[in-house]
Amino acid sequence: MAAKVFTIDGQQITATEGQTVLDAAQDAGIAIPTLCHLDGVMDVGACRLCLVEIAGLNKLVPACVTKVTDGMVVTTNSERLQRYRRMIVELLFTERNHICAVCVSNGHCELQSLAMTLGMDHVRYDYTFPKCAVDPTHRLFGIDHNRCVLCGRCVRVCWYIEGAGTKNFSGRGTQSRIVSDLNAPWGNSRTCTSCGKCVQACPTGALFSKGAAVAEMEKDRGKLEYIVTAREKKQWIV
Amino acid sequence: MVLAELVEIKERELAARKKALITCCLAAGCMSSDGKLVKEALDRAVKDAGLESEVEVRGVGCLRLCCEGPLVMIDPPGALYQKVTLADAESLVGTLKGGTTSVQRGDPASAFFAKQMSIVLANSGIVDPERIESYIARDGYFALRNVLRELSPAEVVSEITRSGLRGRGGAGYPTGLKWATVAKTESPKKFIICNADEGDPGAFMDRSVLESDPHRVIEGMIIAAYAVGADQGYIYVRAEYPLAIARLQVAIRQAKQHGILGSGIFESPFHFNIDIRIGAGAFVCGEETALMASVEGRRGQPRPRPPFPAESGLFGKPTLINNVETFANVPPIILNGAEWFAGIGTEKSKGTKVFALAGKVKNTGLIEVPMGIPLREIVEHMGGGAPSGARIKAVQTGGPSGGCIPADHLDTPVDYESLTKLGSIMGSGGMIVMDEKDNMVDVARFFMEFCMDESCGKCIPCRAGTVQMHNLLEKIIARKATARDLQKLEELCDLVKHTSLCGLGMTAPNPVLSTLRFFRQEYLDLLAVETQRKTSPPAAPPAPANPA
Amino acid sequence: MSITAAPPKAASVAKPPEHPSGDKRFKILEVFIKRQQQRQDSLIEVLHKAQELFGYLDDDLLLFVAHGLRLPPSRVYGVATFYHYFKLKPQGAHTCVVCMGTACYVKGASRVVQALEQAAGVKAGETTPDGTLSLLTARCIGACGLAPAVVYDDAVAARQTPESALERVKGWLDHGPR
Repeated sequence: MAAKVFTIDGQQITATEGQTVLDAAQDAGIAIPTLCHLDGVMDVGACRLCLVEIAGLNKLVPACVTKVTDGMVVTTNSERLQRYRRMIVELLFTERNHICAVCVSNGHCELQSLAMTLGMDHVRYDYTFPKCAVDPTHRLFGIDHNRCVLCGRCVRVCWYIEGAGTKNFSGRGTQSRIVSDLNAPWGNSRTCTSCGKCVQACPTGALFSKGAAVAEMEKDRGKLEYIVTAREKKQWIV
Repeated sequence: MVLAELVEIKERELAARKKALITCCLAAGCMSSDGKLVKEALDRAVKDAGLESEVEVRGVGCLRLCCEGPLVMIDPPGALYQKVTLADAESLVGTLKGGTTSVQRGDPASAFFAKQMSIVLANSGIVDPERIESYIARDGYFALRNVLRELSPAEVVSEITRSGLRGRGGAGYPTGLKWATVAKTESPKKFIICNADEGDPGAFMDRSVLESDPHRVIEGMIIAAYAVGADQGYIYVRAEYPLAIARLQVAIRQAKQHGILGSGIFESPFHFNIDIRIGAGAFVCGEETALMASVEGRRGQPRPRPPFPAESGLFGKPTLINNVETFANVPPIILNGAEWFAGIGTEKSKGTKVFALAGKVKNTGLIEVPMGIPLREIVEHMGGGAPSGARIKAVQTGGPSGGCIPADHLDTPVDYESLTKLGSIMGSGGMIVMDEKDNMVDVARFFMEFCMDESCGKCIPCRAGTVQMHNLLEKIIARKATARDLQKLEELCDLVKHTSLCGLGMTAPNPVLSTLRFFRQEYLDLLAVETQRKTSPPAAPPAPANPA
Repeated sequence: MSITAAPPKAASVAKPPEHPSGDKRFKILEVFIKRQQQRQDSLIEVLHKAQELFGYLDDDLLLFVAHGLRLPPSRVYGVATFYHYFKLKPQGAHTCVVCMGTACYVKGASRVVQALEQAAGVKAGETTPDGTLSLLTARCIGACGLAPAVVYDDAVAARQTPESALERVKGWLDHGPR
């Protein structure tokens, strides 16, 4: 496999053929913020947090779906990118009702840690306070739409890893919601296998295990990676 | 089908011509003002007058001056009648026998008609869109025959490249280059898509082309398919255009019956089919990756490019997507040669462009003009200026992705680069004239509401950013905004423009940015009184966005 | 933050492709689906056909489509709710669609909508409680030369004013549902 040599934030890095900028950066210990990206699951480039600058290109590109090319010069952390990322996280907070103090994922939430690392300490835009439901009908899990960031990670694990196709987006724009089947209560879903992958994939407290109290919900991404690795690399299954 | 049959149909059709021809506009505009009933009344009147053997009454596509519909043309003497009612049929037919009529006459020599240059619309208003023979009589499918029998695919691509044709969907990407990219890919399966999802509010060019001359678009698609090596095509039409869909269905059926679609077209080994896909009300599906998702029966959400459709498009196969008007330009380029086409228009924008002229002008309707014509000629001469003495304030082009060009820039030539320089875009061809009564902040709010409702919700900047921009515009209009709010609006414009995933989001701020550029005072005038005093003139320099 | 359960919906029960109700329209839809060779990319065409037959798409119908095309129900629901043309609730006996395209907007379409909203007592996008009238707005119907345009039960009317629009729907509203 041909190696690609490229520059990222002034560092010379070698990447493998077909590797994405995000992947190569992570290998080199350079952190690029992400939200809709989940290791082992197809990338969609939706959250726009991993946008980076590439010399000679006048538009920003998402690191998660951009393949490294030889001689590419990437900037991941310019003042402009930092400003955009902060604004994007601010927008996320205006969109739903995120109240960390009462959230099961407080302290283990990707949205929360993004806000902290990016230095977003207050929101300058008006909160929209949408009316969102909580669906507690599933035996083991619950979904609180107030905390959903519409990253689609639950949908992708449900379709591409579990293969059940239970979860999907409904509506569009700000009216988008995650649904099960035909917008059925989750507990009534005939397709859900109750595997819980969506819960592990969720970056916030939107999907949670029942019984978790405030700040108790820790997600275990390792399980997902374990399954994906097994399937893709056929390391211990044939 | 062979050449001899084509020629035979043409000759038969020309020989069947009667002494006089009455054409009735049956495009959607005139249809909605009883155009169909007027045609039937004329049919009866001709019969009653015993003129059936001498006079043909033909339903045709757009006769262009939509505001005066239903339109009827009688030739000879080439008289245009406007606002025709059912009761007028008899007196109109009477004029053929030397009678008189009180029906309002239009002037085909007026600037509205005289300054037009018809390439795309050359058959519009002349051919019967529901009869393939009528199209063949105007040299229809001769270009296709020439291509299949005399040119190699590479020669076709080169012809289109040399013509300088650019995409008519808005962005103006060179068509030849697009074709060449798809032609180069090695894949046993490739697709052609005709984008007829004309979503811009205030635009109806593509609809008119499809309703008036559907075979032209089909011929353009077949030629493109031959050039790039595709064997299946889709026309993606909006569900809001039932008449266009019906006429396309008829046209495709007729083309199949005549062996123009299917296998062994013109006795060549080339085979090609076209299916219609009907949209379901989503503006974002005009974006090519979203459109492909929709053709695949999925949610019409865009995906990041690369890979570009030319490499991996519909069902993962190389796909050529062009707009209706782009395909309609192809047959005349083949028939008349690339040099002929390249001789029209400006250095970088060749040929003509069809615009839907609407809003605050006297003459509204469909126009086709050579590229490079000054905006003033379109709006003031052809459009006849603002009605009832009002003054034109701005011209909006490009719909929700475009901008407002102020009246003092009316001498700008209409071409891709000049309009972009003014912060607008050529767009697909909507042209809405605004007068002094229109508040530009309200216009910006109108388009922002549109983008907010049409955002697919996939990427955050567009989904949540348009909501916040809309909030701020509402706040400004309600006179509750401060200079700080205006600054926030500008920051959000910058964010959404540069970080959105697809064209819809990237261009959503354009109507705000262009009105801020040319009509900033209207924003400042609406700021809450106490801050207005503090900040005008010029608003305080933007503070760094960093809240920390 | 309100903790409320999502409204209960009819349970999604797997059904054989043939519909037990005996409604002939299901048969027609089934034939249509077969004619599409049950291709999953024909989902939007099938939903168009279903809406044409039934007027709107309820859960039962969406499930029938999902089974017919062998798609997970969530996929069908996601598509049906993405496109504004598809209606998941019954529409009124009459429809009145006000075009809100740019040309219509600058020529006063919003005043027409306001007048109609007031007369019908519902907001644009809603149906009167008695099911007489659905008041809708359209992005652009492409009749810009006739602005402002309103479509009353599939017939386009040109150059509408609040007065002419009220005149037109008055009869419908007075007589109640058909």
